[in-house]
Amino acid sequence: MIAEAGHFALILALLIAIVQSILPMIGATRNSRPLMDVAPMASLLQFGAVAIAFGALTHGYVTSDFSLKNVVENSHSLKPLLYKITGVWGNHEGSMLLWALILTLYGAAVGAFGRNLPPALKARVLSIHGMIGVGFLAFILFTSNPFLRMLPVPPDGEGLNPILQDPGLAFHPPFLYLGYVGFSMAFSFAVAALIEGRVDPAWARWVRPWTLVAWCALTLGICLGSWWAYYELGWGGWWAWDPVENASFMPWLSGTALLHSSIVVEKRDTLKGWTIFLALVTFSLSLLGTFLVRSGVLSSVHAFAVDPARGAFILVLLVMAIGGSLLLFALRAPALRSTGTFAPISRESALVLNNLLLATAALTVFLGTLYPLFLDVIGGDKVSVGSPYYNATFVPLMVPLVLVMAAGPMMTWKRADLTGVLMRLRLAFGGALAVALVMIIVTKGHKALAPLGIGLAAWLLFGTLRELAERIRLFQAPWQVVRNRLAHTTRAAWGMSIAHAGMAVTIAGITVASGWQQEAIQTLKPGDSVTLAGDSYRFDKVEPLPGPNYSAEQATVTVSRDGRTFATMHPSRLTYPLQRMTTADVAIHTDGFSDKYVVLGEPQPDGGWIFRLYYNPLVPWVWFGAIIMVLGGVLSLSDRRLRIGAPVRKAKRAEAGLAA
Amino acid sequence: MPPEPRSGLGRRLLFLLPVAAFIGLVAVFAFGLGHDPSALKSAMIDKPAPAFSLSPILEDRPGLARADLGGKPVLVNFFASWCAPCRAEHATLTGLAAAGVPVYGIAYKDKPQDARRFLTDLGDPYQRIGLDFDGRTAIDFGVYGVPETYILDRDGRIRYRYAGALTDAVLKTEILPRLEALAQP
Repeated sequence: MIAEAGHFALILALLIAIVQSILPMIGATRNSRPLMDVAPMASLLQFGAVAIAFGALTHGYVTSDFSLKNVVENSHSLKPLLYKITGVWGNHEGSMLLWALILTLYGAAVGAFGRNLPPALKARVLSIHGMIGVGFLAFILFTSNPFLRMLPVPPDGEGLNPILQDPGLAFHPPFLYLGYVGFSMAFSFAVAALIEGRVDPAWARWVRPWTLVAWCALTLGICLGSWWAYYELGWGGWWAWDPVENASFMPWLSGTALLHSSIVVEKRDTLKGWTIFLALVTFSLSLLGTFLVRSGVLSSVHAFAVDPARGAFILVLLVMAIGGSLLLFALRAPALRSTGTFAPISRESALVLNNLLLATAALTVFLGTLYPLFLDVIGGDKVSVGSPYYNATFVPLMVPLVLVMAAGPMMTWKRADLTGVLMRLRLAFGGALAVALVMIIVTKGHKALAPLGIGLAAWLLFGTLRELAERIRLFQAPWQVVRNRLAHTTRAAWGMSIAHAGMAVTIAGITVASGWQQEAIQTLKPGDSVTLAGDSYRFDKVEPLPGPNYSAEQATVTVSRDGRTFATMHPSRLTYPLQRMTTADVAIHTDGFSDKYVVLGEPQPDGGWIFRLYYNPLVPWVWFGAIIMVLGGVLSLSDRRLRIGAPVRKAKRAEAGLAA
Repeated sequence: MPPEPRSGLGRRLLFLLPVAAFIGLVAVFAFGLGHDPSALKSAMIDKPAPAFSLSPILEDRPGLARADLGGKPVLVNFFASWCAPCRAEHATLTGLAAAGVPVYGIAYKDKPQDARRFLTDLGDPYQRIGLDFDGRTAIDFGVYGVPETYILDRDGRIRYRYAGALTDAVLKTEILPRLEALAQP
């Protein structure tokens, strides 16, 4: 009964979405307030209906309603409650429903909080957003309905996959989707602006918070996903350039570019066409990523989608959303005129360079991900690209990006004095050079990339600090002035400095972790020791460890350095009798600077056990840095100017333009 | 952004570029919908097999790890119960195993119970079977899609890769001659 209510609510949501996409658009064209006012109401109702559907499916999972096919295939009565709930989105149908839930949540948020938007713009934005909703809800209802019943009702479910029962995996899809789907708002704003034929600083300021929310969530989602892969999969690495990771990384790259270019639109009233284009591309990449991963085209090109109807539906959706918006862009964007002009050396130019590099990076990942498919089409030699391709293309793009990243914020708008900026950065440059030299000495010149990466991280960090010091006139003005300037530094400015510093931390982590990882695979008998990176790991014993739905063997490994024991680690192997499946539970000892990472492998006939040990220096910094970036984003989001919206003067002009 | 062309037409064409690129992409996807690529050259040829350690899916059959490779030439076959071509090639593999060729299996992105059912229904040619649940090992091997079959030499090096379903003809022309050559001391 509850499942039928959910099914009905989903159909209702589709109908509301259809109304939401048609009426407000007509209203905005005819300047009819009643029709335009349908939009916020419909967006709230649509969210409510999808929330009911989602709640109904969750109810099915929690109560283990095995008359639902989706629950049978993906749940089990023995599952812990937490994983029954997270199991809702651990499968194709449920995750599409989560997608729709988050999509409508964003729509409802604009409907409820977008009071400072001009009514026509708001109506158009929500209408476009409604169209996306129509596409997705139709996709769910026609090809991926989670509410299908099953007869006869089986006694228990099939899905109790132990690998999927993990908090990291359970919680990273919602964040990833908050990010992915959040870019739908920027997309809707961009399409609405193209229809209105007007992009101005006020528009940029309205879009910015939505882009920022999506960016923060996506950063966190990617960070959680990478961390999960690191501690759960037991291969000692944290990024593999696999298609699933790339699918989330591409929108991150173009979303980062969008975040920066929209600043230029807001402050300088230029780069309009490009910013609109980035907004369209970012969400298009999200769509492409979601679907390519969902349909399996990337990991297995042999079948585009398991269900041909699904594949065809996906392609039609992509063509309508991406093709339609790009066509509109081609027709309307050339008419967008910029008022701001800028010299080749200026903050605008620095941001343009940032954008070009980020866009190229996104394109690089895009080509690498789809390379096998492209080559297949032209019938050439087919090679799958791996991490060597990305290392060879990505690093050269990131070097200039980071170089500009430190200098850009110190440049003035319109026209900057490059010599002056470089002079002011000489200390930062000297510091970075010194750090790089130290690295060359430490590595004895063996690792070329390490001094470069660490030097870049230092350059970015010192440059960011220098910019901050200059902003508050530290060491240059009396303390009262510094305090005053400190108090008047906007949260957006703080956010920028913090996010850039976070990037420096991540770069340092990536460089050291990939340059100095050490690994050992060895068979040990109880009492044996192995030395890795100066630490001695002694294998003491293996003990059985009973669990609720598994049996485990837990090893005790004592880690010491120079005879002093500093850690006891417990890697284990879990056997799930019901699935007849074994997983390894990695033991990680971290001190914030390096990780000791021990995996218990299989027992050997001679009484020994296979151990895999990794020494991962600075790897926690990869995620620390990402979290710092998110904090910067959140701080920037809390900036008062974003909450109160556009300056009054601009808002008035928008109203006037509407009345005309 | 590159400097914008001044002329109206050039500017319009510039803005049409993304649409054109997207149309090309759609064509590629449409092609991918109904196409089954076969012979693929792998970047992994003549490289040592990547490090991996996969848990077993059957009680009486050990899992598969990098350490198990080497010593003799073997076939490593990536399969999945959900993959139709894998079903098609299974009889060929079973025949090969019956002839005494060591065949190791890696179940790619498969549920263990499904993989077990697959083997119970169609027969089990594998001496060792590892479960590559998340597809990590497949990525390391450079797997493009299932089924794929690799020949590894006695040093554990990847010597040959065949993408797509094995047939008796492929065995005769591609697989067996290579295995024979590798078996020579």
